Amino acid sequence: MTLLAVEDLGITAGGSPLVEDVSFAIEPGERVGLIGASGSGKSLTASAVMGLLPEGLTAYGSVRFGDRELLGAGERELSRLRGKDITMVFQEPMTALNPSMRVGKQVAEAMLLHRTRDRRAASKDAVELLERVRLPEPERLARAYPHQLSGGQRQRVVLAIALANDPALLICDEPTTALDVTVQARILDVLADGVRERESALLFITHDLAVVATVCERVLVMNEGRIVESGPTRRVLSAPEHEYTARLLEASS
Amino acid sequence: MRRNVSLWAGIVLVGLVVGVALVSFAWTPHDPLLVDASVRLLGPGGEYVFGTDKLGRDLASQLMVGARTTLYVGVVAVGIAALIGTPLGVLAGMGANWLGELIMRTSDLVLAFPALLLAIMLGAVYGASTLTAMIAIGIATVPSFARIARAGTLQVVSTEYVLAARAGGRSRWWIAVRHVLPNISGIVVVQSSVSFAIAVLAEAALSFLGFGTAPPTPSWGRMLQESQELLAVEPRLALIPGAAIAIAVLGFNLLGDGLRDRFDPRLEVRR
Amino acid sequence: MISVSELERTYRRPRTSLTGRRPEVAALRGVSFDIAKGERFGIVGESGSGKSTLVRLLAALDRPTAGTVSFDGRRVDDLPERELGFLRSRLQIVFQDPMGSLDPRMRVRDIISEPLGRSRDRYERVRELLDAVGLPGDSGERYPHQFSGGQRQRISLARALAPRPRVLVADEAVSALDVLVRKQILELVDELVQRYELTLVFVSHDLDVVRRVCDTVAVMRHGEIVELGAVAEVYDAPQHPYTRELIAAAPNLTAALSRLEEE
Repeated sequence: MTLLAVEDLGITAGGSPLVEDVSFAIEPGERVGLIGASGSGKSLTASAVMGLLPEGLTAYGSVRFGDRELLGAGERELSRLRGKDITMVFQEPMTALNPSMRVGKQVAEAMLLHRTRDRRAASKDAVELLERVRLPEPERLARAYPHQLSGGQRQRVVLAIALANDPALLICDEPTTALDVTVQARILDVLADGVRERESALLFITHDLAVVATVCERVLVMNEGRIVESGPTRRVLSAPEHEYTARLLEASS
Repeated sequence: MRRNVSLWAGIVLVGLVVGVALVSFAWTPHDPLLVDASVRLLGPGGEYVFGTDKLGRDLASQLMVGARTTLYVGVVAVGIAALIGTPLGVLAGMGANWLGELIMRTSDLVLAFPALLLAIMLGAVYGASTLTAMIAIGIATVPSFARIARAGTLQVVSTEYVLAARAGGRSRWWIAVRHVLPNISGIVVVQSSVSFAIAVLAEAALSFLGFGTAPPTPSWGRMLQESQELLAVEPRLALIPGAAIAIAVLGFNLLGDGLRDRFDPRLEVRR
Repeated sequence: MISVSELERTYRRPRTSLTGRRPEVAALRGVSFDIAKGERFGIVGESGSGKSTLVRLLAALDRPTAGTVSFDGRRVDDLPERELGFLRSRLQIVFQDPMGSLDPRMRVRDIISEPLGRSRDRYERVRELLDAVGLPGDSGERYPHQFSGGQRQRISLARALAPRPRVLVADEAVSALDVLVRKQILELVDELVQRYELTLVFVSHDLDVVRRVCDTVAVMRHGEIVELGAVAEVYDAPQHPYTRELIAAAPNLTAALSRLEEE
């Protein structure tokens, strides 16, 4: 069964359309890239899927996750899904972590909140998760506070939290844009392994074609609020059909 | 728009106080200073809207003229504080390290000294008057302005447009006037309205203690003080000036809150 | 044109305890290089490599702990601000953040004419500059927030060119921009450098970007230059292991696509 089915999704801000006629589907375990320039509506699309649109914006159309309709679903139902079945990683790792809580505890909390582990198992598994995202000395780092970690380490912690409950779908919004290239390469590795091991599906938002080609099997290209092209990564990025994709490609190489 | 409720409520309340003060220059229902034993302690209603006090003076007229004192106090005290504090804060943020430290440590010292005590001391030395009270409150408020001006300055100085101005050969003086002051003006205005409320309250307290506005000039604080002995019999004499003080303080605080939201740079981008 | 010798800069961290010594951090540890007139010099490094510190020292916006910086044969590292006038007009910087580098409360024409002082024909010059960076002539009346990121970077370029500099320093000038806009701005920089015969110092964390506009590149790490040479040589035959790591880590579209083909 299709994991996520978005149909005719539109987003408006008081009448002016920001996203229109967006339709796509993600199968279980599939890694899909969503690419486009800033302002193309790619982040808004992800927020609409998570039910996290900023105030003043409204979404219409349909977003089905499994057999559930997410658009218009109540906050309680959505919050049961978020952090467990659908998780998200943002661009800025510092603001995604609570500055006054030890990182190990924050990872454990993600599991306790959705009762996927009991208390003792949660703190043990938290350390193991930190090890799986290849943080050095995970026992020691679990007791550190976010500000004591580097940007790359913080993003690994965020990733560990996102993967803690073996989500069916992981959404990443420019997760490596704020990081150095050498750090980015390692994080992408960890991310790809993490979703593969869990057979989680991935929706990866980026403006970087090379990054999307490294991580995703299929891509959607967005421009000015619409999906202009979609298909297998290799086909789209080697023989683009839409003029916009061709321009993106030309600028990237 | 929802956020601006406090701004509008503040504007209405402050506008009320300012309006009443302005009208009092041209017209009051009665002479606020006229003592008339035949109309002592009249209740509200009729010819005297809020009634009269123990000397037969019209409460409403005193209240109206008192609003002048209140605003006068606020303007002068906040004026002193802002005009001294803001440049000091900018200097502390842009000058040499030792100068910044000196300014900030000195202002910590002033901040540690209770404002009312300073006012009482100045009153004892130079004689109690509205002006001494205001100067004392003003001096005591300088550190708040220096502090926020310095914080704002440090933020502006760290931006790339200031770096670009320096790379373009602009002097510190130019940067302070063209870049720093316009960009911190928002927070200074907010601080002013909050300090205004504090000054109004302090004047009332000082007049109540007898170190503020000297009789017979009407002041809300002094009206409160004079009502003291009759508190049990005529609570109205305390409640009415009390309410006036509350309205003015609330008005300025709401105005400050509303302005803070309005000057918030994150909101500015959306506009 | 620019000569840097044994440049060092250490910062003192704020005190963490009342009694302890203030810890020192070395941002630059002995950097030397020369930039010839008309050269396009790239500086590549990751965060913490000291490249931003270096930019500030080149522009004499900060003073080195040790070492010298010379501009056109004159030492600038020990001059007081009032004697730096010649450098302030001949060397200009374009910064990364297209919003943060423009004062939000100034009109574009005042931003661009800021380095010109109060000369009478300054708005005439502003129109010339707007034209040179490809912005409509009436842009001067508007405020920075009314422009897109790429347009704001054009405004920054116009401001930098206003005093007719000899050297243009670009500090991560295209890092915050989308690929399409980035390409346009890089082409613009290229064109402006040629037209005005500028010496270019281009600082970036992105190897690919430096490769496109520079002829010489210095690779920095932990406050030192680990490799310096012609762009073609450094990219095709990197000598230092860190340079190799950087090149390997940079996402490469062609390589990624051919990997997909194998799967």
